[in-house]
Amino acid sequence: MTALTTPLGRLRWTLTDGLTLVGRELGRLRREPGQIVAALVFPVIMVVLFGYVFGSAIQVPDGGDYREYLMPGLFAMVTFSAWLGVMTRMAADASRGVMDRFRSMPMARLAVPFGQTGADLLTGLLMLAIMVGAGLLVGWQPHRGLIPTAQAFLLMIVLRYALSWVGVYVGLAVKNDRVADALVPLGLPFTMLSNAFVPTGGMPGWLRFLADWNPVSALTAASRELFGNPGAPSGDVAWPLAHPVTAVLLWSAALLVIFVPLSLRAYMRRGR
Amino acid sequence: MPDPIVVAEGLHKSFGDTHALRGLDLSVPRGTVCGVLGPNGAGKTTAVRILATLSDPDAGHARIAGYDVVREAGEVRARIGLAGQYAAVDEKLTGRGNLRMFGRLSHLSRRQAHRRADELLERFGLMDAADRQVAGYSGGMRRRLDLITCLILRPDVLFLDEPTTGLDPRSRGEIWDSIRELVADGTTVLLTTQYLDEADQLADDIAVVDHGQVIATGTPDELKATIGDRLDVTLEDPAALPAAATVLNTLAGTEPTTTDADRLSVALPATGLRLADIVRELDHAGVAAADVSLRRPTLDEVFLRLTNRKEPAR
Ligand SMILES: Nc1ncnc2c1ncn2[C@@H]1O[C@H](COP(=O)(O)OP(=O)(O)O)[C@@H](O)[C@H]1O
Ligand SMILES: [Mg+2]
Repeated sequence: MTALTTPLGRLRWTLTDGLTLVGRELGRLRREPGQIVAALVFPVIMVVLFGYVFGSAIQVPDGGDYREYLMPGLFAMVTFSAWLGVMTRMAADASRGVMDRFRSMPMARLAVPFGQTGADLLTGLLMLAIMVGAGLLVGWQPHRGLIPTAQAFLLMIVLRYALSWVGVYVGLAVKNDRVADALVPLGLPFTMLSNAFVPTGGMPGWLRFLADWNPVSALTAASRELFGNPGAPSGDVAWPLAHPVTAVLLWSAALLVIFVPLSLRAYMRRGR
Repeated sequence: MPDPIVVAEGLHKSFGDTHALRGLDLSVPRGTVCGVLGPNGAGKTTAVRILATLSDPDAGHARIAGYDVVREAGEVRARIGLAGQYAAVDEKLTGRGNLRMFGRLSHLSRRQAHRRADELLERFGLMDAADRQVAGYSGGMRRRLDLITCLILRPDVLFLDEPTTGLDPRSRGEIWDSIRELVADGTTVLLTTQYLDEADQLADDIAVVDHGQVIATGTPDELKATIGDRLDVTLEDPAALPAAATVLNTLAGTEPTTTDADRLSVALPATGLRLADIVRELDHAGVAAADVSLRRPTLDEVFLRLTNRKEPAR
């Protein structure tokens, strides 16, 4: 514990304690693999519902296959579930007193938010892998080779990590697991209001504006472009859709710059 | 008298308009159990949170083993354990998994953390449930796990915030036994409670807290002595109740309380009265008493008197 007083010691313990907390989350998953299943059931339902039911009636802009068009949107949807998951976990710990126990222990204080976001990253990777399998099953494929494909997944991971810090902050702010659970359904309309399932071209002007600037749309557009899937934006479109990769990177940077300090401050603050 | 290990002086804390603490003072000698007794909303949790470095006081200061809870919070954290009002363990993990995780977070090596988890599970009777998910534990087992989680590093001071609230009598007894074990090891315990019998059973010293201040301190016996003995009178005929009340009021100088249709109880002045005098006065007034007895007050009565509450605290 003396090591906690030097900067290097603090860094080392932040890493060690962070890893212990990542291990905690993985231990939870091992006991309840149903959580991953539950988190995936929804996108899989979406694959079936949109891919085969609505998809038969939706016209892809350049006449491509709808399921090829859909998969990048579903990847984005899974990515955007990050903040909800982390928020629920932080709020549960805060409302059950586990957070207070952490805070009253001589452990590295920053380990908690870093451990939680780190664990989400690992579960996120696992979920992406399962989604890739599901995509390949329904006939989706990346077409542009290894590097752009890897870039697309890297973008998802970067944005996911940034979003998980939004979850840390919101979870600490609401501090109440019931409120947090009530916020979860808000995730759905947020992802739907984008180009993930349908082109935004047919939406009324104001709605189209919101959808075009929704970061979900930027991530979807970037993946379509990098995977070589149909529906990559062309012509006269909103800025984030014309430069989707840059837009995703900017969104990620902005979220991190805003929410990492906010979260750390909220976590370190004492006196409720 | 040994040095106090927990010292709080003039703690103030407000939440908006609520003055949760208004100059709370506390001093706990090493190796003793201090019971902080107070009704709901008295400020017990607020005080414990400040002492456990979770919250800063608006004014006043506190030291644990000589370290300031605000300026030397890290040193304080290395010496304390806190079991809050809720069982703060991970429901999804097993009992053993929780202890190992908190052991690792207390910077024990993996081997040490595993060994300590087994020691604690064994000693506090949770070995049989060690590999079950905490979600399936009873309320009492959960609190016990919560309690032993605080013991991983053998803290000098243990804060227990209402450790048995909401438990059935049997689980309460088990928690009490666990707390007695700790005390036998020399751990200093500060426990808050709304239950007078709990303080009576466990505490060496009691601090009665109301409206954010300590309004009385002492051993359970000292506190009982402050309000004098109680006189209980059972009448042969309930109709004589008003007459008996008048007699007792005159003798004791305070209004007696009616504890049953035919029973009265009154606190006697600390100077005391002779039983024979009381019986004679009742006789004079033509009141036939089936039973007249003097007894030490219960802590409940001390508490009611000190806090001027109409209802018992529990
Ligand atoms: N975070 C808070 N915000 C507002 N009021 C609070 C907060 N915490 C405690 N209080 C108030 O402070 C008073 C003391 O609370 P507390 O310390 O929890 O009492 P106890 O633990 O003795 O029941 C109560 O009136 C309570 O409502
Ligand atoms: Mg309380």
